[in-house]
Amino acid sequence: MLLLALDTATPAVTVALHDGTGILAESRQVDARRHGELLLPAVDRVLGEAGRKLDEVSEIVVGVGPGPYTGLRVGLVTAATFGAVLDVPVHGLCTLDGLAYASGLTEPFVVATDARRKEVYWARYADARTRLTEPAVDRPADLADQVAGVPAVGAGALLYDTVFTGVRREGPEHQSAAALAALAAEKLAAGEELLPPRPLYLRRPDAQVPANYKVVTPK
Amino acid sequence: MADSRGGPLVLGIETSCDETGVGIVHGHTLLADAVASSVDEHARFGGVVPEVASRAHLEAMVPTIQRALKDAGVAASDLDGIAVTAGPGLAGALLVGVSAAKAYAYALGKPLYGVNHLASHICVDQLEHGPLPEPTMALLVSGGHSSLLLAPDITSDVRPLGSTIDDAAGEAFDKIARVLNLGFPGGPVIDRYAREGNPDAIRFPRGLTGPRDPVYDFSFSGLKTAVARWIEAKRAAGEEVPVADVSASFQEAVVDVLTRKAVRACKDNGVDHLMIGGGVAANSRLRAMAQRRCEDAGITLRVPRPKLCTDNGAMVAALGAEMVARGRAASAWDLSADSSLPVTEPHVPGEAPAHHHDHVHEVSKQNLYS
Ligand SMILES: [Zn+2]
Repeated sequence: MLLLALDTATPAVTVALHDGTGILAESRQVDARRHGELLLPAVDRVLGEAGRKLDEVSEIVVGVGPGPYTGLRVGLVTAATFGAVLDVPVHGLCTLDGLAYASGLTEPFVVATDARRKEVYWARYADARTRLTEPAVDRPADLADQVAGVPAVGAGALLYDTVFTGVRREGPEHQSAAALAALAAEKLAAGEELLPPRPLYLRRPDAQVPANYKVVTPK
Repeated sequence: MADSRGGPLVLGIETSCDETGVGIVHGHTLLADAVASSVDEHARFGGVVPEVASRAHLEAMVPTIQRALKDAGVAASDLDGIAVTAGPGLAGALLVGVSAAKAYAYALGKPLYGVNHLASHICVDQLEHGPLPEPTMALLVSGGHSSLLLAPDITSDVRPLGSTIDDAAGEAFDKIARVLNLGFPGGPVIDRYAREGNPDAIRFPRGLTGPRDPVYDFSFSGLKTAVARWIEAKRAAGEEVPVADVSASFQEAVVDVLTRKAVRACKDNGVDHLMIGGGVAANSRLRAMAQRRCEDAGITLRVPRPKLCTDNGAMVAALGAEMVARGRAASAWDLSADSSLPVTEPHVPGEAPAHHHDHVHEVSKQNLYS
């Protein structure tokens, strides 16, 4: 098998190729504003480094977030389009699970990423492979009781380290497609179901219903 | 159906606003025009909500591509190139289409052409009336833009003569429809009411038509305020608002200014054709008045059928096909979605020579996969 992994749900634009045994190549660039520009060249580079071609890919896995929507969609639509052209399965994995897997932790911990607007996306884990809660979006202050002193990884935990007081400075801070690919390969080998490749937005779109039209006649 | 000499076979993707459009053309022949619209999801907000549009584009993207290929009866592997709206438009919405187009082009080993939305609105007329005259004079009117453009070469030379200094024409229709409680979008419903009304019932102001005003620019903000004031005065006096007459008189004011300035631009620049595109070009009164005024001035009017005037993928494919036919450079894989792409840039060529394609038939899978 040849598995292509993509994740654009965090400031990291990351791509990796896994052959069922190990990682063949990985690209990781952290630039929250250029997901659209960076992703395709990264795919091209990773394939080139591994000496493989896109049409050899047999499975695609994509981080489905949660993450800031504009960047998140770049990875999702790219994965869906590749899947359609290559006629191969496209699987989703929770982006936080990739960070959890990369931590290698064997004790309970939390993963938190930056959700902007002074909030974090987060979830609790029993160990690096086992998520205990559905991903959620919350204000860090509202989590203080639950996360104080608990080991924590991810840029959200680093950003709000007065709340995530157990934050591990050694990381992982950002998503790695290599971790996502390794986790997916492990789950697929074990015959586990992955997620559908659909976004976890966790928030409704911002949309103000306009009040009745503005009266222009002076009162 | 196009024959083998019918020109490049190009798929075009459009996601600059609320329509997910995928079109396929063979030179100047339209083969497919698949559109998924999220307009109903925006209606209750009284305007397009960017995040709602972006989410809908992601859902609709791949199914709309598949539908277009099926409608056209062509295999993706036969395409000569993939074109996509690179801008202008809503940033998040554009990015969905640009990302999909890149993945699609890369996976197929085809060149990618990031093109300008406004130039596409002009080029679509090639699917209706054959090759564009050079130069082409174009009046583009929609909810997002109102411009007069002179295009000596639609693939490389588009010159703005004038544009709106405040609201777009379509925006004015939406706002007046809201004041009249007619819902969103406003264009079609005002057009419908106006047919029952008297266009001379109320004399609303014609913006920027004074002797010292810019000749080719538009302004619809003052008109919008005047109409709202008139309606409020009626309501304040406890009188019923004559919706049909207000619609007809408002529409007349918009259409009068648009056509007057467009015909003037043709005369001043010695151009004997006028192309009208954009969503407002579907307006029946605009089409009728433009027809009469162009005839009087000896100008040939070209207006595509309404479905090709609103945002769609076929217009993007039409411009992409012209790019291929004229040997324009393909875009690079790091192509950006540019929400304010200037109208003077009909497409976004790549810098790297590796992605330059002198002739589309020389493109092989090899160099794109390696
Ligand atoms: Zn448009």
